[in-house]
This record gives sequence, structure tokens and C-alpha cells, in this order.
Amino acid sequence: MGSTPTSQSISSALTASNSLGFAKPEAETRVVVAMSGGVDSSVTAALLHEQGYEVIGITLQLYDHGVAVRAKGACCAGVDIHDARTVAARLGIPHYVLDYESRFHDQVMQEFADSYLRGETPVPCVRCNQTVKFSDLLTTARELGADCLATGHYVQRFDTASGPVLHRGADASKDQSYFLFATTADQLDYLRFPLGGLSKTETRYLAQRHGLSVADKLDSQDICFVPNGRYGDVVRSLRPGAVEAGDIIHIDGKVLGRHNGIIDYTIGQRRGLGIGGRKDADETDGPLYVVSIDPETHRVIVGPQTALACEQVHLGETSWVARDGPPPLGCAVLARLRNTAPAMPAIIESVDDQGAVILLQEPQFGIAAGQVAAIYDADDSQHLLGGGWITAAPLAALAV
Amino acid sequence: MPLADPIYLDNNATAPLRAEAVAAIHQAMGPPANPSSVHEFGRRARLLVENARQSLGLLIGCRAQDVVFTSGGTEANNLALSGFSNVITSAIEHDSVLRAAPQASLLPVTDDGLVDLPALKQMVSALPVDQRDQTIVSVMAANNETGVIQPLEGIVEVARHAGLATHSDMVQMLGKIHIDLPALGLDFASFSAHKIGGPTGVGALFVRPGMSLSSLLRGGGQEQGRRSGTENILGITGFGAAATAAFGDVAHFRDMAGWRDTFEAEVAAAHPDVALFGAAAPRLGNISCLAVGGKSSETLVMALDIAGVAVSAGSACSSGKVTASHVLTAMGAGEKAAQAIRVSGGWKTRKEDFERLAQVLAGL
Repeated sequence: MGSTPTSQSISSALTASNSLGFAKPEAETRVVVAMSGGVDSSVTAALLHEQGYEVIGITLQLYDHGVAVRAKGACCAGVDIHDARTVAARLGIPHYVLDYESRFHDQVMQEFADSYLRGETPVPCVRCNQTVKFSDLLTTARELGADCLATGHYVQRFDTASGPVLHRGADASKDQSYFLFATTADQLDYLRFPLGGLSKTETRYLAQRHGLSVADKLDSQDICFVPNGRYGDVVRSLRPGAVEAGDIIHIDGKVLGRHNGIIDYTIGQRRGLGIGGRKDADETDGPLYVVSIDPETHRVIVGPQTALACEQVHLGETSWVARDGPPPLGCAVLARLRNTAPAMPAIIESVDDQGAVILLQEPQFGIAAGQVAAIYDADDSQHLLGGGWITAAPLAALAV
Repeated sequence: MPLADPIYLDNNATAPLRAEAVAAIHQAMGPPANPSSVHEFGRRARLLVENARQSLGLLIGCRAQDVVFTSGGTEANNLALSGFSNVITSAIEHDSVLRAAPQASLLPVTDDGLVDLPALKQMVSALPVDQRDQTIVSVMAANNETGVIQPLEGIVEVARHAGLATHSDMVQMLGKIHIDLPALGLDFASFSAHKIGGPTGVGALFVRPGMSLSSLLRGGGQEQGRRSGTENILGITGFGAAATAAFGDVAHFRDMAGWRDTFEAEVAAAHPDVALFGAAAPRLGNISCLAVGGKSSETLVMALDIAGVAVSAGSACSSGKVTASHVLTAMGAGEKAAQAIRVSGGWKTRKEDFERLAQVLAGL
């Protein structure tokens, strides 16, 4: 793709600039830091404050914590907002809590529920970055006269002659570029990721050095509004009556059992299928996986792992970081289909303004619609090109 | 860049502690002080409480013995309503009234922010006669967000004519204009110390002679059995000192109405689309509630804070999250309600503070 920055171009771009790339003193550079209350964003705020920037902390109230954990009468603020306020107070920086509940509810939670009801497996964190954090919060930061918006994401941003580029975080185990595939060049102009070059251990060390009470806090693993991991309960409460029971069927056509709703199943799922041991099972088949979900007939279709194989991935709502648009037809790329999975070689089979189809070099297993494909430069696996939402991943085994 | 000396224009949230209150509290600190004790220490403590009671009584025009000290305005409102099974109140009350009486009938307000008297008459006449002795009408004296002074005389007249008890949350009015409780004829009235430069954590409920009132908390029967719990000596002492000092403030707040009006005129000249909430009704002199420039309330409050001017928007919940004002919504403000900020001066506010705010607003 050719836009990989060399160390030379990076350093020349930063000549006579402060660490955030502005040609003015830190004290005159106003930075809004998106503070979630977690370790990463707290350290981001502390680092920038220590470097002398004018730091303003903002925490988004995204959902009513009391409702989420069903603790009636609890204050609307969860413990994370409390932590963010404490950290900001300790640093002595202004801090504000913005009410984004209705935006989050409309743009993230509703979509989350609808996606499950369509038989998909959504990634609400990407939607949140796309619609809430990097859209509405960015506008607010601009309205406050800030020079940039900084977050604690583990990604790296570099300025190049052709505009800003986004790279994976230096610590591969903490890289969050997958969740930021939909970042645009215009957003990237204004965004900064001060932790992108650090490891998680370094961040924790910094947190301890700054006396931040969140230093020992666990990384958040769950979706924030599904604190106990039981997302099915959340979908059922958002869409009462929409969840219907149905059959669990083997790809060979045999009905194996019943389920209480397709929302409880994810493509590639093996455990907890609720069909017990099959007496007539051909043991050589190995374990059964969910290979397909049909929202029309409320059927969950299961089969052996081989049935999950998929080579072609259809993407919708594609987004490309570079201002000059998507990679060309036939371009070799790397596709990351899950945050924790390695990026796999693929070819851009078709592409237009709205979507793309990629052809994987090796078949992959358990690709679910509703998930995200983050696309990287084949010549530089660190360089995020963009990506899209998976609309379909046809199974080779079910193809007629 | 923040100013070295930020300007505080959020006195309806809380006012700075007065030097007189600081001195009185300081003097009272140290000795054992339970006013119920029979010994010398107890008698001295009792004197502190009774002096404070007298000071507040003088400020509101009632006898000292009609004042019950509480932990604040919230408790006073809860206490006043606790003896009634039926509450008629307004849609623009503080949460400590609305949440203390979740089943209450709510009176609408006009677009100017005034409680609708004809609606009260209708509601009262529709009330079954056998419910009247369990019913209280509770309307605030002046609204905390707009400063609009409510037609209390008319409200009390309608209520008394029907034999209903009356209460008013007078927290925001205290110290700003003269309050003459006997003339108003209210049965209960709530007050708070920290809005007039006393400490937080102390307030009072006026109880008209002859009205019965039972303590919300069961305990030692302090405050003539109307509020159990050892008196908050330091808080009450500070409240008394602040009440005495607040006596001289009425002229200050009358002047402030002029500063406020000049400020509003300047903003209106710069922003013809400004919305001034409650400006057509009689208002306390210290408050301006306005929507300007199309920015959301929360953005404007943040931008002003960063520029060194403290104001507020709507009412902040304990997380600091700003929610759209139920007061302005009740006034039919529509989407402008989400753009409103509240500017409120206090005993320490100077003319320059309003001028400075006008400058800062013009520069945003």
C-alpha cells in the first residue's frame, strides 16, 4: 500500500512539535481525554498532565448502571465513573460526566439486540467507538476548544505525507486496532493515542507511579452494559417477546432438540448447545458446532467443525482510513476476523463505496455475521487500512 | 487558560460560608455540647441552639419556638409532607418534594414559570370533602432554576378556604427578599443554611403554632418531639450566625436584579435568539436562566468552567451527569430546555462578576 511511515518521516513530522504533534508549548495545548475509569485512560490523563498539557477529562455515562445490574435505587453512576472522577480530582484536572445514555441506547444497545435477533453476533464496542466516542464526543471536544481528543486505546497514530495513519499497538497482546477499524482520516487528524507505544505492564507501572487507585483493577473483558456476561438477558429485556424457541437441527436434517431462542447461540459455538450426547452420533464426526442460525425459522443448525469452513466474507458499511479510499480490486491484504485471531492473507475480490468481498487464502472457521473484519496492509501487518461489518460468510459445506 | 481567580455564579447550588458563620462555629467548637444534658456544658450548648433559633425566627418573622432544626432543606420538605396522605404540589418543585410525595397531584405552570392558580382551584374543588384534612398543598416560594416567585398568597388563600394545610419550600427565597410568615399564613415552610452562607447539613422547618408534627426518626424526642437526634450544634450555630448576617442582604439582592438585567440585555443584544426563562414573571434578583448560542447545557457549563466561570445546568445528579431540567420542560421550553444554563449570584457576588460572565460568553 506504500504509505508505511519510515522512522525518518515520523521524526521529521514531529520536529519542533510537542509529543502530541502541535507546534506550541504543552501548556497551551488543550487535550480532552476520554476517561472510562479504567487503568488505560487514567494513565493517559496522568501522562499528559505530567507533560504539562492542559488536560480536561470527560467520562461518558452510557447506560444506567443501576438498571444494568438490576440494583434498584442505586445511583445512576457506576463504579467506573466514580473512579474516573477520583483520578481526575487527584490529578487536579477538570472532569465532566456527559449524559450519552439516550444516544448509547439508540445507537448501540438497540442495534445490539436487533443484531442478535437477526441471528448475528454483534460487536457493540466497535459501534460505540464509531457512533458515540469518535463522533459525538469528538464534536464536544472541538466545541470546548480542545486541540485534540486523546484516548487510552492501544493503537499508534503516525503522520505521513499522505495524512495520518493508524497502526497496531506496540504490544500485540493489547492491540485494539480491530475495534477501531472504522476510524476515518478526519477523525484521526484530531485523535491521539499516547499509550499506543507502551506495553500493558508499562502502563500499570505508570499507574502505580502516579498513585492511581485503578492500578490493580482488572481489564474489562465484558461488554460494559452486560456486566455479568449474560447478554441473552439484556436482549430479552430490550426486546420482550421477540425471542422465540425453535429446533436444533443437524446439517444432515435430523432434529436434535429444542432451544429457547437463537440469541443464545453464536456461530462456531461448541459448548452449552443443550442437545446432550447423541446416541446415534457418529463418534468420528467429533464435537458439534453451531454452523448456521436461521432467524426466519428460528432454527439453529449444527454440524462438525469442517462444516464451518468459509472462504468468502462479505462486508458492508466498509470504512477506510486513507482519504483516497479503499484498496484496489485484487489487492492482497490481511484480514483479522476476530480481535484475538491472527490476521489472515486475503484478496479484495470486489469493492465499492458501500462494501467489499474478500477471499481468504485459507478457509476459516466460525465466522459470524454481525462481526467485524479489520483489514491490514499485506506489506505491513501493523498498518490498519480499514474494514467492514460482516454481512455474510457463506459456508462451503452448505453451498449448493 | 483558566483564570487565576475563578468567578462563582452557582449560589443556588450552595453559597460560600460567611465569615460570621465561620467565627461562630469556631467559637462553638471544642467543649462537650449536648443541649439535652442537665449540667453546665449542656446548658451552654442549649443556649447556642436557642440563640440560633431566635436569629432564624427574626429573619422569617416567626417565634423561635416555631422553628424545628433539621439536617437540611431536603429533610424539612420530607418532614412537612410526612403527616399527609394526599399532596398537591407543582410540577417545578425540587426533587425533595417530588420524590417525598410520588403520588402527588402536580399543578401545571405557565410558560412564564408561574404555578397555575385556576388549575389549583379546580383541583381543590374536585377534592372529596372527607380527604381534605389529610391533604396538604405544597408550592415553593421561588423556583431554584428560574427564580420565579410563586403567587403564594393566592395559593394559601385557595387552600385555606378549602380547609387544606399548606407548605412552602422557601429555601431559595430566604435572605433574598423579606419573608413574613405570619402574613403568608403558611402552616409549614422549609429553609436551608448553606444557601445563605451557613454550613451544609443543617436546615429548618417552620411549623405554625397548633400544627402537629411527628418526628420521622424515632429517638430521644429532641426539638419538642418533632425531630429526634442530638442537635447539630456546630451547624445550627453557623446557621444562626448566617441568618443574622443575611438580614442585611435584601438591598444587595435588589441591586443585583439591576446587574442581572443589564447582563441579560447585553447577552440579548449579542444573541437575538437568546431565551430568558421566567423573565416575564417576578423573579428573585440573583438568578438568570438562559439558553444562548445553540450549544447544549452541558457543553456550555464545561466551556464556562474551563474559562473560569462556575454556573450550572439543570440539576446535577450525584454522578455529575446533567439531565434536562424538569422545570423548564414543565414551562414548555422544548428543546431549549437542553440548552439552558443557570446563573445565580449570592451574598458575595459583585457587579463585576455578571460583567465578566457577559464578556466570557461573548468570547465563546
